[in-house]
Amino acid sequence: MDNIKPRVKVPKSASAGDVITIKTLINHPMESGLRKGKDGNLIPRQIINKFTCEFNGKPVFSCDLEPAISANPYIEFSAKVTEAGTFKFSWLDDDGSVYETENKIAIK
Amino acid sequence: MNLTRRQMLCASVGAAAAGVFGLSLSASATPEATAESIKNFAGGKEPAMGGDLTLTTPEIAENGNTVPVEVSVASPMTDDDYVESVVIYAEGNPNPDVAVFHFTPMSGAAEAKTRMRLAKTQNVVAVAKTSKGQVFMDKKEVKVTIGGCGG
Repeated sequence: MDNIKPRVKVPKSASAGDVITIKTLINHPMESGLRKGKDGNLIPRQIINKFTCEFNGKPVFSCDLEPAISANPYIEFSAKVTEAGTFKFSWLDDDGSVYETENKIAIK
Repeated sequence: MNLTRRQMLCASVGAAAAGVFGLSLSASATPEATAESIKNFAGGKEPAMGGDLTLTTPEIAENGNTVPVEVSVASPMTDDDYVESVVIYAEGNPNPDVAVFHFTPMSGAAEAKTRMRLAKTQNVVAVAKTSKGQVFMDKKEVKVTIGGCGG
């Protein structure tokens, strides 16, 4: 799908050992597959089914999403920062597309 | 199973209602289906109510399309004692599964927030599993003014 833009809020820097909060949002209709269109037929399901967050290649957090998650899924979680590095976020769509974004964090 | 008179009465009223509203009821998940999923998730263990797990939801959700939900588990989150996963169920939705959060010691804290859809007024259940095999459960009722599953 077009025009899908992930947005992520990560602090620019943190002290080593800090637990930071990460907020993520992606615009996506999260079509549940239960709604009917104008022609009376069901609209096929299309949702983000998995979200993952990695820090320097190591898994930090992941989430399996079901159709019961609202449109434009918002996920907030925390991460422990021990060194400077890069957070990599990815969202997996039902149609096989992967939306990715990266954020760097520095140590104070 | 020994049924008391009151339980019998409830069961028969429920059965009659199910007969009348059979079609509409079959479209939504039942608390039994949720209990089954919890059993599978917990690996046969009986989840301890409350404990270190806190599920936060609004008491009244005006719009069932976006209901904020928050889970947090008090845990040291070290390499040998951390929360592996937290799962959220909505008992009255067409499909009770909402989300599964997978944590690692790198998460620092077992906390997550998201927004979910609720079809009607119902119980929301969260179950947490730690690396030591403990299972916690928390349950909240959310009153929904406008349901959020289309239809």
